[in-house]
Amino acid sequence: MSETRPVQSPGTALTAGAETELVLRPPVDIWEDAEQITLVADLPGVAKERLNIQLDGDALTIEGQVALDTPEGMEALYADVRATRYRRAFTLSGELDAERIEAELRNGVLKVRIPKRAELQPRRIEVKGS
Amino acid sequence: MPIFLPGFETDLFAEFEQMRRQLDRLFGDWGLSSGIRTLAAGGWPAVNVGASPKQVDVYLFAPGLDPAKLDVSIQQNVLTVAGERTTEVPESAQVYRRERFSGTFRRSIVLPEDVDPDKVTAVYRDGVLRITVERRAEVQPRRIEVK
Repeated sequence: MSETRPVQSPGTALTAGAETELVLRPPVDIWEDAEQITLVADLPGVAKERLNIQLDGDALTIEGQVALDTPEGMEALYADVRATRYRRAFTLSGELDAERIEAELRNGVLKVRIPKRAELQPRRIEVKGS
Repeated sequence: MPIFLPGFETDLFAEFEQMRRQLDRLFGDWGLSSGIRTLAAGGWPAVNVGASPKQVDVYLFAPGLDPAKLDVSIQQNVLTVAGERTTEVPESAQVYRRERFSGTFRRSIVLPEDVDPDKVTAVYRDGVLRITVERRAEVQPRRIEVK
């Protein structure tokens, strides 16, 4: 159920008139270690065919479309979730290596790894004894 | 083929919800009394409930769970889902955002009274737990033959 897929860049999926559409803002965890920045987003209801990760310059945009199987003739009794599209955008900084971004979607959780450029990763400096 | 949330995004429903929220703001607890098990908005996981003549479907937007560790139970017409979600953030890392829910959860959902608690199925897919409860046959609309 998991797949590593390349990031598409750049694209034109952000359509005009999207402002009028109700969009869900997925919650994220973001952390950084020596090698990379990791971003994890909750996108329940999004299959990997309906997930779109775009990189346009330094702008990283995550979009996903919710699809649920619903029986014919269903009426809503209660709904916390009223929109069908997730979208969230982030600006990357120059030390990140956009070419090597990896993304993985599993059980509605998206994990994006953005590595730092190798030459900018902290290096351990060996101290030699005499 | 999946259908996109029909019935969950109609304008009428949104308008009604907006009105309800305005009333909530205006009157708070002074407004109409709510059911004792009414869901508070903003809980985790988010829940949608839909009804059709034959069944009631409950959708819990609960990504990143192990379905084997979910506790789903039904007592008469009250459905309860409980579990735990852990989010992994390495301790040594510099953390910028922690917005995702972490911890134990329990949500009880009151279903229409005509559901049959013996006929429940649950499927977990793409982070959404869908629980389908059949309604009793006697309350389903029947075609009455005109002779």
